[in-house]
Amino acid sequence: MFDWMVWTTPVAVFFICIALMLAGMTVWEIKSPTTLRKGFLPIATTRGDRLFIGLLIAAYINLAFVGLAGKFAEWLQLEQEPSVWISFAVSIAVLALVMRKG
Amino acid sequence: MSTIKPVNQKAWWLVLPVVVCVAFSAVLPLMTVVNYSLQDIISPERRVFVGTEWFAAAMRDEELHSALWRQLTFSLAVLTVEIPLGIMLALSMPAKGWKASAVLVVVALSLLIPWNVVGTIWQIFGRADIGLLGAMLQKMGFDYNYTGNATHAWLTVLVMDVWHWTPLVALLCYAGLRSIPDAYYQAARIDGASRFAVFRYIQLPKMRGVLMIAVLLRFMDSFMIYTEPFVLTGGGPGNATTFLSEYLTQKAVGQFDVGPAAAFSLIYFLIILLLCFILYNWMQRVGTADKEGAGHE
Repeated sequence: MFDWMVWTTPVAVFFICIALMLAGMTVWEIKSPTTLRKGFLPIATTRGDRLFIGLLIAAYINLAFVGLAGKFAEWLQLEQEPSVWISFAVSIAVLALVMRKG
Repeated sequence: MSTIKPVNQKAWWLVLPVVVCVAFSAVLPLMTVVNYSLQDIISPERRVFVGTEWFAAAMRDEELHSALWRQLTFSLAVLTVEIPLGIMLALSMPAKGWKASAVLVVVALSLLIPWNVVGTIWQIFGRADIGLLGAMLQKMGFDYNYTGNATHAWLTVLVMDVWHWTPLVALLCYAGLRSIPDAYYQAARIDGASRFAVFRYIQLPKMRGVLMIAVLLRFMDSFMIYTEPFVLTGGGPGNATTFLSEYLTQKAVGQFDVGPAAAFSLIYFLIILLLCFILYNWMQRVGTADKEGAGHE
């Protein structure tokens, strides 16, 4: 039915993760409502704000990594460009840090 | 137990049509763009999953970098010219009487003209052979030619945007100025404040809210500018006026490279998202600062 839209599995996994994240945040919010607080970020944030900021930073980290991958390979004299899973791990760590301490 | 009244939550179902509409008009198209950005689609039957290749290509694209810088320079130039000019215009507009109404109508005129018509007007206006501006500049000895000279083309697009959108800034500022109670001006007169002091300590602070809106609107609009330069210069000469959206369209529609164009639009989307977020928070902070300031008065 949706063949003509040429969906791929990685995209499906990506969006399922996003949907699960939103659903999880909703359940968390109902169980224990968030409060506005100030962390290392320059503005006071709620849990949802921190998720948004964290995801945005994660996206930028991945983009920058993909853009600079060629340069990294050159500097570190690698055979091929470093895997995007490295930036994925870094961005997840940053997301966790922003959620926890932001 | 019977004292607790159950809350009727059925009204939430009324939101459903909006959710469905947004899903079809925004969420699904965005998902498709994400999907396309990871594939090389040669034809509907022949496609290859390429991972982050298009993102890498877009991030390393020199032309895209220059389009981005051109865009940022343009947006900053727009703000530097339009905001002070709009304030000056608003300050010089009459406050009441028939003159005020007449001036408001005249000032708002350019806002009523559709974008592509604005482009066409300036395209003819700037022509060296028959255009009023172009021919006049030629007669005065300037070798003005917006189709051949990159600087002239860039300046013409800027002046066109200033002509088109400064009235918006002026009208917003005018509304801000009119909301200042007369008592402030009386107090200033008693203190013997100069014209500049009145502007600096009464009018400017009172206009801060509307000015923030003006800056935000003008920045976002000029950052996404497409129609006017497309009609006026078509992105040329060379690529002197190829701004981000122009470049994106060349990729997506002109060459029909769906994959790279999708990756590029997602990057564009992220840039806009970040800028909106920063500006929105800045405005909120100004808003709360205003309230706190009012509390101390």
